[in-house]
Parts: sequence; C-alpha cells; structure tokens
Amino acid sequence: MAALKLTFAVSFLVVLVNAVTGTLIAWVLVRDDFRGKSAVNAIIDLPFALPTIVAGLTLLAVYGPKSPIGVNVAYTRTAIALALLFVTLPFVVRAVQPVLLELDREMEEAASSLGARPLTTFRRIIVPNLMPAILSGAALSFGKAVGEFGSVVLISGNIPFDTEVASVNIFKSIESDDPEAAAAVSVVLLVFAFVVLAGADILERRSRRHDA
Amino acid sequence: MRSSRTSRYGLRFAALGYLFLILAFPCSMILYNAFQDGLAPVWDALTDPFFVSALELTLLAVAIAVPVNTIFGILCAIAVVRHPPRHGGWILNAAIGLPLALSPVVVGLALILVYGQDGWFGTWLVENGVQVIFSTPGIVLATIFVTLPFVVREVIPVLREVGTDQEEAAWTLGATRSQTFWRITLPAIRWGVAYGIVLTTARALGEYGAVAVVSGRIAGETETLTLHVDEAYLRFDEVAAYTTSLVLAALAVLTLLAMNLFRPKENPDVDSRPAGDEALR
Repeated sequence: MAALKLTFAVSFLVVLVNAVTGTLIAWVLVRDDFRGKSAVNAIIDLPFALPTIVAGLTLLAVYGPKSPIGVNVAYTRTAIALALLFVTLPFVVRAVQPVLLELDREMEEAASSLGARPLTTFRRIIVPNLMPAILSGAALSFGKAVGEFGSVVLISGNIPFDTEVASVNIFKSIESDDPEAAAAVSVVLLVFAFVVLAGADILERRSRRHDA
Repeated sequence: MRSSRTSRYGLRFAALGYLFLILAFPCSMILYNAFQDGLAPVWDALTDPFFVSALELTLLAVAIAVPVNTIFGILCAIAVVRHPPRHGGWILNAAIGLPLALSPVVVGLALILVYGQDGWFGTWLVENGVQVIFSTPGIVLATIFVTLPFVVREVIPVLREVGTDQEEAAWTLGATRSQTFWRITLPAIRWGVAYGIVLTTARALGEYGAVAVVSGRIAGETETLTLHVDEAYLRFDEVAAYTTSLVLAALAVLTLLAMNLFRPKENPDVDSRPAGDEALR
C-alpha cells in the first residue's frame, strides 16, 4: 500500500531528526544557561497541548501558499515531515531531559582529565548513557508519527499515491463507506501501536533496572 | 576555553533556532492571521451561532470525559499497582497505553464498527432509539477513549513511590477501606491525579481525528471546536478558522501553565523526600 509505505518512510526520517534535535534541545536546556530558559522549557510541551488541527493550520500559515517568508511546501511530502516534526517534538526532549539531569558529571570529568577530547567524551560517555532514553522517546515519536491525522490532513493535500498518509487513507475509506478497506489499513496501525508500546515498555524496564 | 564557549553558543543557537522555526514562529502566526482584518470579524466569528454550539459541545465532551477518566484512572492505577496480575502485566500496560500510540482515526473506526448502524451493538441501539454514531454520544465516547490513559499513567508511578506503609498503618489502627482511601491514598496521589486531569483536559479539548470520524459534522449540532476550525478553513473563512484556533491555542497555553504547576518533579511532596529514602528501603 502506497499510503502505508509513505507513512512509515516519512515517520522514520522524522524520528531520526527528532533523536538528534531532541537530544540537542534537552542538552541545551540542562547544561546551558540563558535568560528565558524556563520559558523555552515550558513551550516544549506546546505541541502536546495544542490541538493537532490547529498545529496543521499554523504550519500552513507559515509554510503554505501565503507564507510570509516565501517558503511554500504545502501539499508536498516535506509538509508531512514538517507537521510530524511539530507534533512529535516533545517526546525525545522529555525522555532525555531527566536522564541528563541525573547523569553523573564525574564520569565526564574523569574522561577529560584522562585526556579525552570533548567529542570523545560525548561519544563514549554521554551517548551510551542517554541511549535508552533516546530510544524510548524515539519509539513514542514513531508511534505518534505513524498514526498522526489532524496536523497532516490540511497541509499534505492528501493526493493518493503521493502525499496521502495511512490515517488519511483510512479516513477517506470510511467517508466513502468502505469499512473493509479502512479496517485493513487500521489493523496494520493497531499491530504497530502494540509493538511500539511493548518496545517502549521494555526499554523503560531496562533503564529502571540500571538504576537499581 | 574559547572553543568550548563557541560550541556552547553554537549548540544554543541551533536548538533555539530550530524551536523558533518549527514552534514559536508558526504559533505566533495564529494571532496575526486571526486579527488580519481587525477586531470586528473576530467578534463576528466568536458570536457565530455555529461557533457557540461547537464550543458548547466541546465543553460537554470535556465535562463528561474528564470525571469519568479520573475515576476510572484512579481505580485502574490502584488495581495495577496494589493487586498486580501474576502474568502478562505488560499486556495490561500496553492496553492502557494503546490510545496514546494508536491513530485517532482507527479509534473512530473501531467505534463505528461497534456502535454504527451495522455494528455489533448498533442494530440493537437503533431499535431502541439510541443513536451513537453521528451524534453527541459518539463524540463523547470518542473523547473518553482517546483520553483514557492520562490519569492512569500519571498515578501509577506516584502510587508505586508512596508505598503501602501508611495504608497498612491506617488498617492496623482500625480504619475502614473507604477511610483509608479518602484519608491516606487519595491525598498521597493528589498531585499525580491533578497532572493527569490537566493532560486529560488538554487532549479532550483538542481531539480531532477520532471525533472527525464519528461526528458526521452537522454544523451547529455535532461539530466540536476542532471540527469547526477545519470546516471554516475549507470554506475559505480564514478569520473564523484562525479565531477558533486562537481560542483553542489560548486554552492550550492555560493547560501549559497548569502543567508546569503540577509537573510531578516540581511538586514539593516528592522533592522534600530525603535523597536516600529509596535506598534505605
């Protein structure tokens, strides 16, 4: 199915971007200090609090045909990725932040006193410690991205075989009174949701075991 | 140390720039677009009978879904933590989390398959004169479904944290079950419950996908605020679409403030515990 393939491909890309930017944002929020940091920290949750249809509309206002900055990606796959990046932003940040807060700085100091360069310390000390958190945040992002509907429906244009994601495909099948087709795609999403949840659950247990 | 400073500013700039482009800038556009033609059209949009009825329906769904899920959430959390099933706990966990990971459109379809005209209970319901799908009960059901996990998921960790010591002490002193619940358990988990209620409210106000499937979208009757945004945009009434969005965004900002107030880590009950408390046990 074209819609399913597109959904999983775009979602996967979005999750990769999220893993990097989410970790970066968490890093800046924990280790850096600047004026207005608490405000930035608060707006991270905005994509969660904002209704998805409103998110779609706002993205359309900035990156659509009437864009004030001259960037029009409406009705393309880039637009889908943009919408998914918006709605999945908090997951990795919120998963990594608490772990980073509790991360023992002594390990890093030991590494650098032994002559490790900052990049080496980051790669060998910090990333391995954050990995379970990044992965569980990424799993939740993936789950959310694959099922996303509200923010995508306005901005993607829903062109079959081009920019129609799975949830929009299901919606159209229901509207055209074809519940069998809708149910078929739904089952894939349902199974996938279970896999994501079980995966996130296992990761969470593993990180809890490390704590003890 | 010059290089570490450059990299620090570089990282800060990258993170804030990304947040601005993807989050702050688009959201500020709601304000600009709502007021693009001045105040009068905004007022018209806010007094439009279709807007008012959408607002009422959304508030009704919230008013039913939030208490139902709060009570269910507390009971379910107690069941999971205090009387854990011997096998397959992860299945239960996955089931509680399902509405979080499942596409809202699939939720809507599931409701249609069960309560729709040709659904399992649908025929019986129609014979008895109850219409669920394309009507208010369907919208309320969809809202309850998608907001199910929030209270449970916030209360479970708190309940694990507080342990059973105080409850057992209450029992040995002769308190009844309900006394123990109201005097000991509920006060201990109140912050978790509050945070869960905030999350539930936010999601209930903003639900679109599941509601879009089951509502039938009769303007003035089965249209919620989020559906009204969509419908106004599709008939090129931008001001109405952005004004309604502004109302929803304002509610979202209120939610954010409440979230920061109740966020588990910042509540004094947990912070004031001695750091070694957990290790001593």
